[in-house]
Amino acid sequence: MEERPFSDISFEKYLNEEKLMGNRCKQCNALFIPPRPICIACHSTDMNWVEMSGKGKLSAYTCISIGPSFMRAEGYDRHNPYCSGVVELEEGARVDARIEGVDPKEPENINVGMSLRVKFLHREDHKTYLAFEPV
Amino acid sequence: MKKRRKLGRGVAIVGAGMSKFGMFADKNSKDLFAEAFNEMLASIDKGVDPGEIDALYLGNFSNDFFMHQSHWGPIITDLIGITPKPATRTEGACASSALAFREGVFAIASGFYDIVLVGGLEEMSKRSTEEVAEGLALATVPYEGTAGFTFPGVFGAIATAYFAKYGANREHLMNVTIKSHSNAPLNPKAQFPLTIRDMMNKKIESAKKKGVDTPQWSDEKDFLKDPRANPVVAWPMHLYDCCPISDGASCMLLVAEDIAKNFTDDPIYLAGMGQGSGRGLHACDDLTYFEATRYAAKEAYEMSGLKPNDVQFAEVHDCFSIAELLHIEDLGFFEPGEGYKAVADGLTRLDGSKPINTSGGLKCKGHPVGATGISQLYEIWTQLKGKAGNRQIPISDLRVGGAHNLGGTGGTCTFTILERR
Repeated sequence: MEERPFSDISFEKYLNEEKLMGNRCKQCNALFIPPRPICIACHSTDMNWVEMSGKGKLSAYTCISIGPSFMRAEGYDRHNPYCSGVVELEEGARVDARIEGVDPKEPENINVGMSLRVKFLHREDHKTYLAFEPV
Repeated sequence: MKKRRKLGRGVAIVGAGMSKFGMFADKNSKDLFAEAFNEMLASIDKGVDPGEIDALYLGNFSNDFFMHQSHWGPIITDLIGITPKPATRTEGACASSALAFREGVFAIASGFYDIVLVGGLEEMSKRSTEEVAEGLALATVPYEGTAGFTFPGVFGAIATAYFAKYGANREHLMNVTIKSHSNAPLNPKAQFPLTIRDMMNKKIESAKKKGVDTPQWSDEKDFLKDPRANPVVAWPMHLYDCCPISDGASCMLLVAEDIAKNFTDDPIYLAGMGQGSGRGLHACDDLTYFEATRYAAKEAYEMSGLKPNDVQFAEVHDCFSIAELLHIEDLGFFEPGEGYKAVADGLTRLDGSKPINTSGGLKCKGHPVGATGISQLYEIWTQLKGKAGNRQIPISDLRVGGAHNLGGTGGTCTFTILERR
């Protein structure tokens, strides 16, 4: 695999290529996603890129009626809420992501613990959002 | 080896003031700070010459964004007539003025200054709700923002994790809201000095006046479950789970302990303080507590030699109802997962065994973010001095209270314990 710096920008470029990438510390085996330049467990900088399977479980979620301007621009509002969540990947690390394929108007039907798989949301400006949807 | 924190010399609070909190079209940050400063001066029994103030530490999160004006330190020294005394601004999101308080303490404890003014201010109501939400979201963790999280969204997600782990539900959040609103009418500085019952009656009156159908609610919880009265903001956070948009200012005069009696016969003393940092949601092992609060509390307890049971009452950072549950657990008042039961049992009411947010909390008192930390300490000071009027805690020997301030989504947390000797 090519050498990319362990940075937010590299993480976003990989998302754009439909790859969910983290890094693992060669010294202590700790896993990070998004990748970190410095291991927060042992402070080593000796790391490897690792690709995640894209499978996970919902740890926490919210259905938002009043979103930031970029979400409002996508048409989300009080009448059309969206879901954001924290997803625990099967590899053990967690990510923040949009949650698609659920009904944000029926938030009580969304369950912590539900199985999810990764989905890449490509935008017009060639950036990509990390999202998950129910399996 | 961890060192026990201690100060080079003790610090006392000899005066405190805060503006009324609210949305003020005809007052700006300077007007509000002047209100707080004048009350602070008047609160000092033996008086102080403002010319003797050595320095100002001022907490402000983002008047840069809200008012397109930065660099508030010298604006305030000029306002209160202490220029060219030095001014330093502190920023820790919603914990900005708790950091100002800490810097003031360090400045005195080091021996460098003897008399220090600490304060905070924020002016938010001139912006639209959407703009304020966007401004506050500047203090989330970057990955949260791109996933669409807002501030209420982050706390909404925390609530779903807490519900799933401990079996709590929305009704338990309503208990927090109802409790805060029952304290607020007793606080003349509060933005919403109304009980939930008062709010219900207001809506019924307004419907009668308009000649439309009068809403019917069986009780406070029935009202809070009505999506017309209490719409969702970020599930499960509804309007009445969220603190309002506010303008306000607060300040305190800190002095070296050995000169405190020159200002008042009844100083309030700093017993312990702690500050911690946190991380984003994705990097937490568990979303049902704040690592930064636990660290801050441990430091404050170790420094003071006090235990959670010794802290008779507290102000905690209830920016959202769920947050209050996490804080009362993180500060050690209740075991993890037991906070919601304690609130349901009435233990945190004004007349309970551990009164929490006697001011009405951020929810009802208001949350002008940079002013909040010192306004919480103002409430502790007021209660310890026995000056809280109708909301005075009915404990005969009130000696120790704590204030917990949280910035961002738990990125900066402080816990400060004050005592009356």
